[in-house]
Amino acid sequence: MSSIDTVGFAPQARLAQREANLLPLRVRGLELSCDGTPILRGLDLDLAPHGCTAIMGPNGAGKSLLLKILHGLIAPTSGRIEWGNQSPAQVTKRQALVFQKPVLLRRSVAANIDFVLKARGKPRQSRDALLDHVGLLHKARHPARRLSGGEAQRLALARALATEPEVLLLDEATASLDPASAQAIEAIVRDACASGIRVICVTHDIGQAKRLADDVVFLHGGCVAEHSPACDFFPEPQSSAARDYLNGRLVF
Amino acid sequence: MGEAFSLALQLVTSGNADLYEIVGLSLRVSLSATMFACLIGLPVGAWVAISRFRGRGAVLVLMNALMGLPPVVVGLLVYLHLSRSGPLGFLGLLYTPSAMIIAQTILIAPIVAALSRQVLEDLHTEYAEQFRSLCLSRVQTITALLWDARYSLLTVGLAGFGRAVAEVGAVMIVGGNIDHLTRVMTTAIALETSKGDLALALALGLVLLVIALGVNAAVQSLRMSARRQAYV
Repeated sequence: MSSIDTVGFAPQARLAQREANLLPLRVRGLELSCDGTPILRGLDLDLAPHGCTAIMGPNGAGKSLLLKILHGLIAPTSGRIEWGNQSPAQVTKRQALVFQKPVLLRRSVAANIDFVLKARGKPRQSRDALLDHVGLLHKARHPARRLSGGEAQRLALARALATEPEVLLLDEATASLDPASAQAIEAIVRDACASGIRVICVTHDIGQAKRLADDVVFLHGGCVAEHSPACDFFPEPQSSAARDYLNGRLVF
Repeated sequence: MGEAFSLALQLVTSGNADLYEIVGLSLRVSLSATMFACLIGLPVGAWVAISRFRGRGAVLVLMNALMGLPPVVVGLLVYLHLSRSGPLGFLGLLYTPSAMIIAQTILIAPIVAALSRQVLEDLHTEYAEQFRSLCLSRVQTITALLWDARYSLLTVGLAGFGRAVAEVGAVMIVGGNIDHLTRVMTTAIALETSKGDLALALALGLVLLVIALGVNAAVQSLRMSARRQAYV
């Protein structure tokens, strides 16, 4: 796998631009209700401009919904989200979201990348470098929906990177993958992070969060129960919910 | 009956000029109508598939109801518009293949629109969140859906073609069943049967069946090949 920086990406320049625009992220009093049932309850969150944040928490804590709200796919019931000095409507295009189950077009692997490059008005020359970066260049002509789970997720990640996002959002991107495939995804995410892309990932995989994250946001009951650096969170979680979660106990 | 059948086979195998002229015109009219109906129906179906607006339910009911348009009523309406005293009479299209194409297009465009709407809506349900994440415009979304559903839409086109090539009421009214000008398979079969010339009627019926079988087989094999590639 080669680095995507070889195809004309300029991470440092983009990083400077990013700092002036999309980040830091500031969320205040975020609430979301579905059919009258509150899911997020007055959530506050501040994320620094750099690094990788893991959002963790038990099932039903609202992690995926929070990610979709941050991406602009779901409108919150109330609350404020500030991506730097940008309005929420402007941020979606500058982010990329990778879903747990990749939605691939009924086309070849290469055509899936070409589609995004064309939609964003970017030159197709970067396609092969992107596919090489995720280890799929040799399958460029294969039907995308014939790929294995790990390959499909790597293609989804390449497609996300093709948009040159300033923020990469991952919604349990390795949840259904074997360890080797998950590690391949992690390597790509680490590269993206190193190139200056801000990464926010939802994960249940404690090992993965330890390997990738600089800080951890632990959600419980629709609120942020804890937000601390990963080096503090894993050895000494402050909240009882996080302690129970990390010890494999059911969190109610 | 047996004699008529052997005469029919003889007509088909001997390359009878009249027979092939009628078959050729039938295919030209029905394929043209299918093409125009797809040009109209597919974008309409796609637009309705991805849109949510007030009264959408009523539009869906109307689209589905229009699939059952009676051919003679369509023929009559086109006739009234194209006749010399009608609003489009100056075009001089009545009793020409063009009039038949117009009538068949009106007849099958709703079929293409309604069936493609269902196909594309199902696909859009799968793609919608990803497309919103990519901030695709409405045109980009429709184009992508039409391309990705291309093999399923072939079946939709086939349904339209099937209705067009088998239709007799509308083309009879606006075409007039004029020999060497607007006589197509279905109108010829109706005429020859009423005259008692069962051989030609049967020969045309055979050709019609073979065409229907051939087109269906071709589309089916295309779809199977696409399915193997996971493109369906």
